Amino acid sequence: MKPHSTQTPIPAVLTIAGRNFLADPAGALFLEEDGALIIADLHLEKGSAYASRRVFLPPYDTRQILATLAQLIRLYRPRLVVALGDSFHDTGAGERLGTEERALLASLQQGRDWIWIAGNHDSERPDGIGGQFLDDFSLGAIRLRHICGPLAEGAGELTGHLHPVAKVRGRGGLLRRRCFLSDGRRSILPAFGAYAGGLNIRDEAFSGLFATAEARAHVLGARGVYPFPLQHCLPE
Amino acid sequence: MTTRGLPTNEPLPPRFADWFAARGWSPRDHQCQLLALARQEKDALLIAPTGAGKTLAGFLPSLVDLEHKRNRRGLHTLYVSPLKALAVDVERNLQNPIAEMDLAIKVETRTGDTSATKRMRQRRYPPDMLLTTPEQLALLLATPDAEHLFADLRCVIFDELHAIAPSKRGDLLNLGLARLRTFAPMMRATGLSATVRAPEDLQRWLVRQRADDKTHTHLAELIVAPAGAPADLSILDSDNILPWAGHSAAHALREIYEAITKATMTLVFVNTRAQAEYIFQELWRLNDAVLPIALHHGSLDAGQRRKVEAAMAEGRLKAVVCTSTLDLGIDWGAVDLVVNVGAPKGASRLAQRIGRANHRLDEPSRAILVPANRFEVLECHAAVDAARAGIQDTAAPRSGALDVLCQHVLGTACAGPFDPEALYAEITGAAPYAQLSREDFTAALNFAAHGGYALKSYERFAKLRVMPDGRWRIANGRIAQAYRMNCGTIVEADMLKVRLVSSHAKQRQRVGAAKETTRYTGALRRGGRLLGEIEEYFIETLRPRDTFLFGGEILALQEIVADEAHVVRSFAESPKIPSYAGGKFPLSTYLAKRVRELLSDPGEWHHLPEQVVEWLRLQGEVSRLPPPDTLLVETFPRGGQYHLVAYPFEGRLAHQTLGMLLTRRMERAGLQPLGFVANDYALCIWSRADSGAWCLDNQGALANLFAEDMLGDDLEEWLQESALMKRTFRSCAIIAGLIERNFPGKEKGARQVTISTDLIYDVLRRHEPDHILLRAARADAATGLLDLERLGHMLARVRHGILHQPLRHVSPLAVPIMLEIGRELVYGEAQDALLAEAAANLLEEAMDGTP
Repeated sequence: MKPHSTQTPIPAVLTIAGRNFLADPAGALFLEEDGALIIADLHLEKGSAYASRRVFLPPYDTRQILATLAQLIRLYRPRLVVALGDSFHDTGAGERLGTEERALLASLQQGRDWIWIAGNHDSERPDGIGGQFLDDFSLGAIRLRHICGPLAEGAGELTGHLHPVAKVRGRGGLLRRRCFLSDGRRSILPAFGAYAGGLNIRDEAFSGLFATAEARAHVLGARGVYPFPLQHCLPE
Repeated sequence: MTTRGLPTNEPLPPRFADWFAARGWSPRDHQCQLLALARQEKDALLIAPTGAGKTLAGFLPSLVDLEHKRNRRGLHTLYVSPLKALAVDVERNLQNPIAEMDLAIKVETRTGDTSATKRMRQRRYPPDMLLTTPEQLALLLATPDAEHLFADLRCVIFDELHAIAPSKRGDLLNLGLARLRTFAPMMRATGLSATVRAPEDLQRWLVRQRADDKTHTHLAELIVAPAGAPADLSILDSDNILPWAGHSAAHALREIYEAITKATMTLVFVNTRAQAEYIFQELWRLNDAVLPIALHHGSLDAGQRRKVEAAMAEGRLKAVVCTSTLDLGIDWGAVDLVVNVGAPKGASRLAQRIGRANHRLDEPSRAILVPANRFEVLECHAAVDAARAGIQDTAAPRSGALDVLCQHVLGTACAGPFDPEALYAEITGAAPYAQLSREDFTAALNFAAHGGYALKSYERFAKLRVMPDGRWRIANGRIAQAYRMNCGTIVEADMLKVRLVSSHAKQRQRVGAAKETTRYTGALRRGGRLLGEIEEYFIETLRPRDTFLFGGEILALQEIVADEAHVVRSFAESPKIPSYAGGKFPLSTYLAKRVRELLSDPGEWHHLPEQVVEWLRLQGEVSRLPPPDTLLVETFPRGGQYHLVAYPFEGRLAHQTLGMLLTRRMERAGLQPLGFVANDYALCIWSRADSGAWCLDNQGALANLFAEDMLGDDLEEWLQESALMKRTFRSCAIIAGLIERNFPGKEKGARQVTISTDLIYDVLRRHEPDHILLRAARADAATGLLDLERLGHMLARVRHGILHQPLRHVSPLAVPIMLEIGRELVYGEAQDALLAEAAANLLEEAMDGTP
């Protein structure tokens, strides 16, 4: 057992189709040479969606998501932000967005390109939100879309949708944390939303998507991202 | 039977006097006294030992009152018991005198098992007496006909009040009592209780609090029945070597078995389910005579438990190994021996358990205490001393929980529109809420209406709306429906059903699975027999094919499918038994104090077994004995690491919290703590740097380490991440009604669309730290899983008295806690450190090619 310092962040580099992404513990990828910051499954206004069914979750989820995003933008100064779908919890989310939150989002979008990829929750464009709305997008050979799809030889893919979490055994018990799931070809990003739950990466929904031998769960800690081979992650 | 006569001023009606006489009985003093008080319309608390005719005493005034019905219609008496089974049993016992005296009194029960038709009928045409549970009462009070149903109520009886009052169930029940008083101002309340430390707490619970009663002198009348014969108590002095640690009592099983053989019927009480499983299995290993010995604990299937109870009632069993599930409840006349395995944890708890043997007052109850390790010997001695001296250490009264208040407000609205002023006055009439501020009441109202957030974005979806006349009402009928599904204060841990699947079929499946790994969806899924339920967190620590004890069998885990753990029978010789630290009851403050005194004074050791005396004597020579009001801290190196062992004797929960906070501080001091373990008596932290040298080199370092301000910022910081705090918050969120009990989350595959309470906690804590739910969770944490209150008292106690004993090696007293290392979960703090380490270990493994 090597001594470790709990203070230094452990930088994680995820290689997809030969390009190196920086994996941030907040659950975002940053591609330095393109200045692109990529996030998935924000589920903005999920709280108010529940409230309309009289489950009164704290109404601060959108505020918190945008605040974390603002930190990332300050840190990486991206030229481009891509949200991989399900950015809005439902079609009415744009209309329910509070004044403050709307202004904060607009200020984040200021001076950079912003792409909202359509997801299953937000296939219709919400009202009054800036940015480009696309079905998918490419960064060179890497396709950015909401749900995994067929992939050509040599191509890469970044998606969201499944909200991957890994369960790993550490000294002192089990941890269930959000993670990136990646095999060098495709990567599924963790959900960025404050109220987004997670699906265990050993669930059958993930099966067949990854080359098992190379697949790693890049587990999010508070200060770092830690790689685990897929076969070391426990089922639910 | 007591033969003392009646007070002359309280004659029993002839029909009743004749009935007593015909049975060769005479009414007991406390029964007559209660009758006299009832005639004066007074609220009363009866404290009586088991077997003293407590239940009859409670009902007698109502039976007398109902002898001549004088055009009465409607419910006369409501009886509330903490156990459904007890309500059913009391009904049976009441039917006898009613039939024998030919009284025209209709008695019915209403529990979760009562059919919908019968419930409906009970609301329209109520019986004279209704026997029910706290949850059912809350449901009744939330119906629109509650006011009508309870308008003629004359009496409400609370059985086993000592067990309900100091809990959230008690809070809700007391709010219900306040409601009943509003409907039926003439009603009187009667409490029935076992002996308690402070009867006035319960006396106050039973009466309406008055705003002008600043001194809280308004109490229900108190009747104390004479105690029964003193119990015949002994501590098993085993011939075998006493274990240093552990809770299995393996050394004493032969002796326990022999005691069972000699008695008519024995109750073997243990502290945890795991212990119950182990002891049950081991007793059967010794059971050459094939004695009928059964098992009873809360995780077993309810049908299974009812069967065991019925067999006991019929006297068909020789012994039952049980947990606290049988602490209360039905009288089993045939039980003549109680064996308490492990430490009793509290003097009153022990007294209760002893009382389960021999429900005849004039014969002593017989009980044997079996300490499972050396510290438990000390605790058993302290408990026996307390029992002999009649000392009680029942829980202190509590101030009403805010989450329960939120639930009650919504329930009240479900019954009909209410005026907030009147409701506030009613609620502050309930003892636990007498001090409730107007601000907190308003916060609860707003919470029930729309979540009560500072950011008022949900008002348009509100559950409660204000009417033009200022009263509040529910927005629609669906809200009442949802309330009924979520009523009550009992939040179970997440449980998984345990289902026995056929191992044969399982093998076939595995062959198939090689080809079709994840496609299998389970034709076998519902096939096997349901064995009961088990805590999800326990199953999560197992890997497939790990073996464990459940329902008296060794089972092997196959897989977890949705909310079920699929198991097969295993032929393993010894299961992988979980090491439970000793159960959910922390050592009571009183017993802890006694153990400290006993330990520090060799003059008191003459009752202790030779092995224990030798152990303590050695401790005195090698290190020192912990003085009663000073905290002993030992430091020593071992195995390349440095250990710090403290002996606060404040119970495992408080020690765990202390361990979490101390490791944070030690980390800041550069001591590189690696982990810690806690038991009821001590706490051990091991570190990479020399903690002993650090204490010696830095003047006052130890005092600073244990300084009370750890309950400030350090605690705040830790609470942010603490899984225990999140679990506490989850209970509050469910009770208050933020999320529903059936809130999605269990279905596998649906997890990514659901929200865990952990996420809610994180968001709320960051954005509205003063929200009513967080305050409720904090109040719970103070006394519950984190036991902050006790930790605070301890830190204050040792403020000027910490004794550092540097040692070159482990001390005799430290051996038990050292043995827990590795068996117990280590409470590592920083998840990042754990992740990094786990990842690094795997990496090393991969590089070495060794597992």
